[in-house]
Amino acid sequence: MKCRTCRGPAIIELPRHNANFCAEHFLQMCRRQVEKAIHDHDMIKKTDRVLVAVSGGKDSLAVWDMLVELGYQADGLYVALGIGEYSEESREYTERFAAERNLKLTVVSLRDDYGYDIPTATKVTGRVPCSACGMSKRHLFDKAAVDGGYDVVVTGHNLDDEAAVLFGNALRWDVEYLARQLPVLPSRHGFPKKVKPLIRLTEREMAAWCVIRGIDYIVEECPMAEGNRHIGYKEVLNVLEEKSPGTKASYYLGFLDRMAPVLASIAATGADSVTPCVQCGAPTGGEEGSVCAFCRLVERSAAHEPVSVELVRKKSRSQKRVQAEASKK
Amino acid sequence: MKVLLRNPRREIEIEGRRRVHALLAELGLPRESHLVIRNGTLIPGDEELDKDDVIEIRPVISGGF
Repeated sequence: MKCRTCRGPAIIELPRHNANFCAEHFLQMCRRQVEKAIHDHDMIKKTDRVLVAVSGGKDSLAVWDMLVELGYQADGLYVALGIGEYSEESREYTERFAAERNLKLTVVSLRDDYGYDIPTATKVTGRVPCSACGMSKRHLFDKAAVDGGYDVVVTGHNLDDEAAVLFGNALRWDVEYLARQLPVLPSRHGFPKKVKPLIRLTEREMAAWCVIRGIDYIVEECPMAEGNRHIGYKEVLNVLEEKSPGTKASYYLGFLDRMAPVLASIAATGADSVTPCVQCGAPTGGEEGSVCAFCRLVERSAAHEPVSVELVRKKSRSQKRVQAEASKK
Repeated sequence: MKVLLRNPRREIEIEGRRRVHALLAELGLPRESHLVIRNGTLIPGDEELDKDDVIEIRPVISGGF
């Protein structure tokens, strides 16, 4: 198997590009895809101060690595979610990554700074863990960006993430969500600009970037995300991708090219009635005098006794499979 | 060969030689959601694996937003 660019030995095949690459030219392809996404969607200027939302996983560490390599001024923000050993380990990977590269990293701890953690919030709200987790992270990334004077928040959402969310929104024909599923959310009403430079790269490519670049990241899945709906959508899309390489890219990038403009008028409506939260001052969609969803979550969760991960986690399909294999022996 | 699998982390022993894509197919692991790594280096699907190799099959799907 030979590299498409240099004809040297390839280390990875990318059926969607009908090509194989050596390490050097694979990295070059990834950089070009990120530069194209940034350019095509006017994501980041060279003079911008960038805040990268990092989790210790492959995507956020890879995008931080790429942006620094491409010459952007990018700092990191890690939110310690209190999901047992998983959070401890992911924090170690993030701190090591930043220290080895002499990058600025800020850590916010839900337990130490706000008196709760995700397992406890999950128990209190009775909703899926990703709901309390996503809401907490969005609020804290917004706050850190505004307080720190950053021009743009970068997240590590990749092509698989966006295709899976698009698939879910289309299954429900959730037109408002479809209309807002864009790679750039402009700064408005006190919310910072948010961008997704990895939309042209798959998660297999991001994991490969990390292996080639020697970036250690947390490989294990979040124990509270196991079996969630989006993972199921990704598995379905990967079955289609294996049969017809390029499906995920044509689905999501085609949506951006041809469907998002049709939905633009819907995206422009709504979210105009924003008022400051009476407790924290963050913009919120409620009426005058409202308390934002984050402050309500903090109030309820911090008043509850801490709950362990094991108490609220679901048994994953992979664990069930391994246990079933073991019981057959 | 020794094969390290993840989620959860475990090790299995596979007898005989195989190409990478044949091993993935045998284990029911889709190529699009896995990488195969030997001595810290990625190896492509057509690479022949030796019976003495130690490899990691790393899943790449992550969830939660």
